[in-house]
Amino acid sequence: MTVSEKMVSDLVANDVTFATTVPCKQLGTVIDLIEENDAIHHVPCNKEDEGMGLAAGAFMGGKRPTIIMQNTAIGVTVNTLVTLTQYYRMPLPMLISYRGELGEPVACQVEMAVHTKGLLEQLKIPTFHFHHPDDVGEFDAILKHTFMCNKPVAILTDASFWQGY
Amino acid sequence: MIRSEVIKSLVPVLAEQLVVCNIGLPSQELHLLDDRETNFYMLGTMGLSSSIGLGLALAQDKTVISIDGDGSVLTNLGTLPTIANNVANNYILLIIDNGSYGSTGDQPTYAGKKTSLTAVAEACGCENVIECQAEEAPAVLQKAIDSQQMTVIVCKCESGNIKVPVITMDPVVIRDRFMKAVAS
Repeated sequence: MTVSEKMVSDLVANDVTFATTVPCKQLGTVIDLIEENDAIHHVPCNKEDEGMGLAAGAFMGGKRPTIIMQNTAIGVTVNTLVTLTQYYRMPLPMLISYRGELGEPVACQVEMAVHTKGLLEQLKIPTFHFHHPDDVGEFDAILKHTFMCNKPVAILTDASFWQGY
Repeated sequence: MIRSEVIKSLVPVLAEQLVVCNIGLPSQELHLLDDRETNFYMLGTMGLSSSIGLGLALAQDKTVISIDGDGSVLTNLGTLPTIANNVANNYILLIIDNGSYGSTGDQPTYAGKKTSLTAVAEACGCENVIECQAEEAPAVLQKAIDSQQMTVIVCKCESGNIKVPVITMDPVVIRDRFMKAVAS
């Protein structure tokens, strides 16, 4: 089973039935598998804060949501994370590609990478960093943790985890 | 008619429906006029009323009405293509378009100038887009509910505000009672 297959399998096993996504090369296979999976309602969004609104609505409608995005989105969504997801105490596993780490070919990505963990720390968002493919073994427990504590939770997946770009 | 008068006229139509209400004065006015457990008041996050409502409509079968403003839709303009391409026939987006940012002091929006949100929604692919005048809003909204087709209503009204108290209810209480109403 590939790491992408494991992630989607864990989402389904944890009854995560609503996913909103923005395009990403590294998470592309996960997004494709979600699109193909009848158990998960997939709604592509145009911006990540919009996606967090969709996820909040889906949660209040009785579904467990997830959002798939890049780490640049942390810069976009600070207000939404604080005044919607956290303020109303809603769970949201955020599966994030961590651009700008070792192996990154695009210099500008490093500019946001250096702020990513600092912002997540400032927002007191539980953060898990997948660096080795074996780290995917924790994904199931992270999903359970997220829906136990009703918080947004970040899973940062870097280029080493994906074994290149 | 100004927005608070439009909302007052809509109260009998909104009663018993799931309502996601825009941040600031619209939520404060609805809360003052007819506080119900079926109302979800946004206390922050300008622009996401339509997105929260769509997510809710896609997740369950009851009718959902998002009350939004022209300024808030302009803030989250990407919502209209998402709505158009993810049809939920239990979803109604009601944009109360007074051509101004009411909650911050009635500064003009571009929707009050050259931009038509009705035309934007149609160009985004929304299929049932109805522009109406303030006085027509209750009948238009009731018809949209009865049609069981996803509808975007752009209700034109005058700019202006009344004094209303802020909502002091805890956000988790708002969310919890709303979720119980959704599930009941």
